[in-house]
Amino acid sequence: METGYLAFAMVMQFADAFAFLVLAACGLAIVFGMMGIVNLAHGEFIMCGAYVTVAAVHAGVPLPLAIAIGAIASALAGMVVEFACIRHLYGRPLDSIVLTWGISLVVTQTTLITLGSNMPSIGTPYGSFAVGPYSYSVYRLVLFGSALAVLAGLYIVFNWTRFGIAARATMQVPHMAAASGLDTRRIYSWTFAIGAGLAGLAGGLYAPTMTLVPTMGTSFMTEAFVTVVVGGADVILGTAPAAAILAIIKAGMTYWKGQLFGQIGLLIAVIVVIRILPKGISGFLTRQ
Amino acid sequence: MSRNALLRFRKAALAGSFLVAAAVSTIVPSFASEPIKIGVLEDQSGDFALATSGKVEAIQLATDEINAKGGIAGRPIELVIYDTQSENTRYQEFMRRVLQRDKADVVFAGYSSSEREAYRPIVNQLDGFVFYNNQYEGGVCDGNMVITGAVAEQQISTLIPWMMKTYGKRVYTIAADYSFGWISAEWMKQIVKENGGELVGQELIPLGVSQFSQTIQNIQQAKPDFVVTLLVGNSQSSYFEQASAAQLNLPMASSIGVNQSYEHKRFTPPTLANMHVTTNFIEEIDTPEAKAFVARFREKYPEIPYINQEAENSYLAVYLYKEMVERAKGSTKRADLQKEIAKGDICTDAPEGKVCIDPKSQHVSHSIYLAKVGEDHSISFPAHWDNVQPYWLGQAGCDLTKFDPSTQYSPDNPPPKG
Repeated sequence: METGYLAFAMVMQFADAFAFLVLAACGLAIVFGMMGIVNLAHGEFIMCGAYVTVAAVHAGVPLPLAIAIGAIASALAGMVVEFACIRHLYGRPLDSIVLTWGISLVVTQTTLITLGSNMPSIGTPYGSFAVGPYSYSVYRLVLFGSALAVLAGLYIVFNWTRFGIAARATMQVPHMAAASGLDTRRIYSWTFAIGAGLAGLAGGLYAPTMTLVPTMGTSFMTEAFVTVVVGGADVILGTAPAAAILAIIKAGMTYWKGQLFGQIGLLIAVIVVIRILPKGISGFLTRQ
Repeated sequence: MSRNALLRFRKAALAGSFLVAAAVSTIVPSFASEPIKIGVLEDQSGDFALATSGKVEAIQLATDEINAKGGIAGRPIELVIYDTQSENTRYQEFMRRVLQRDKADVVFAGYSSSEREAYRPIVNQLDGFVFYNNQYEGGVCDGNMVITGAVAEQQISTLIPWMMKTYGKRVYTIAADYSFGWISAEWMKQIVKENGGELVGQELIPLGVSQFSQTIQNIQQAKPDFVVTLLVGNSQSSYFEQASAAQLNLPMASSIGVNQSYEHKRFTPPTLANMHVTTNFIEEIDTPEAKAFVARFREKYPEIPYINQEAENSYLAVYLYKEMVERAKGSTKRADLQKEIAKGDICTDAPEGKVCIDPKSQHVSHSIYLAKVGEDHSISFPAHWDNVQPYWLGQAGCDLTKFDPSTQYSPDNPPPKG
């Protein structure tokens, strides 16, 4: 019986790590995979989503709706940033790194100056349940469900909708897409907004479980980048399997030796993957 | 605002110096009213700003109080304040500037141990005199430093025996993975063993980690009687929310938490219920001295979110400095001040109670209060220890009255014998 409880606990931990990796990474993966922009301000879109969500909850909005508002606010912020800054730097990946890093610094410090060093938390909803000697927060299951829903949603949007096909066409051969009548500027803008919105969604979903400070986005960044690097450019074929593999490594190593080794495991996985699969898992799966 | 304050007391100082000059012009030479410069390097922005924002205000409060009563040995205090932005390199930059260009007589600097270790070599090189007004893991044996914060043995040797007596002997430690966490965890291990307890698990958490469900499960598997949390930084404090949401329900003990970043005010109850912290000050302390200090502080700075331990350390540091300079007849030379410290009776009546500088280590004795966080996040004080000495360095062989090694030691790496 004891081993049964432990096995269930391991599955829960895997699901938890998987949800965190997917939610932290998918916005970054879209912006990087489809647009070639390395978005170092990804963490700040996460923070934006979390702050808006918490502000909405404090204003009396129920949590699920507040999370949606947070995600939409981030998407709008993403659109503005894309229009004002990013669109001038397509095809200049190194410059976009410096630019987004600058945005990240400005946003973090502006938030600190205007909103103060922290925001009162809202508490984790939905209670807890116990299986044998281990107890879990129900909200962790919500996070796992949300991660699966996001993956499914992205698959549907990018494979089955008109926008998804237009977006993929634009990313592959922009001038041909433009020649066949697509408004590529608008598609870039929308894609970046989706990436920022997903970051905001991650922030909103994790907001009840975390300390709300202007630098909170940075605690997602290691996991987000590791997942994107291991996964490669394709969101569905890359991020999902990369998150699954990394979740096993992270949960297993943390169970075995604690958080420090969980972190070391993730970083070693990246080094190994870069060495043998330079284009990530999706590059390997879609190789010709 | 600080410029206005500066102008105001320049005027006051000027007026004062005329009066003094008129009254005692035969005894006091005119340079006596030249200000004493205190350099202040604290993190007013960046990751640590939350825990350190009250320090500058506390120094300003003490300065204004002292200046209103005629300054230190007749000289007004002038503050030179820099925002170090929670970055080690800023400390190095500003420490050079404040010692070389501003020629500060003394510098109050630093929050994290890595910040302190970043600037300490520069202080040694330029032979500055620095107060580090922060609790830390202990062990710095350096004649250029006076350390007014509580150290590991003052907080842990009071906390752990009380916890083991009250809750049981099985202990699980989670600690931040850097010098403070490591050395504090080392102390925990030693004191748990001395008191016949068992360390059933220990986990080091890299800074910036914010997800703890696996850690929570590891704790549940080890079945401890209580959990020692030595977590640092804002991401790591997410642990409390997640442990509470998962109904971990174990008593917690810490030397940080509540006393620095006022988690009990920021988190929704009962996230932090059953947390026990040993501290030399928090604003809830119920003595007349502490209450009067909090009232004065709030009157001057109504916006301050919380008056924490480090604010009080910074406040009492100004008074300790005043005491030693006045004993040294107005000299601010380090050698003269250390001669006074060596006599072993540099003390001040701080808001927490009486504190004195230990001449061997140049650390400070403290009143230690055990703060317990209730279900509704109210604070009670089930235990209190007076005059707790920073004993370890002196016993281990650090004696700054004889020799200055300018080194940080730890129980694993004690001073060499002889």
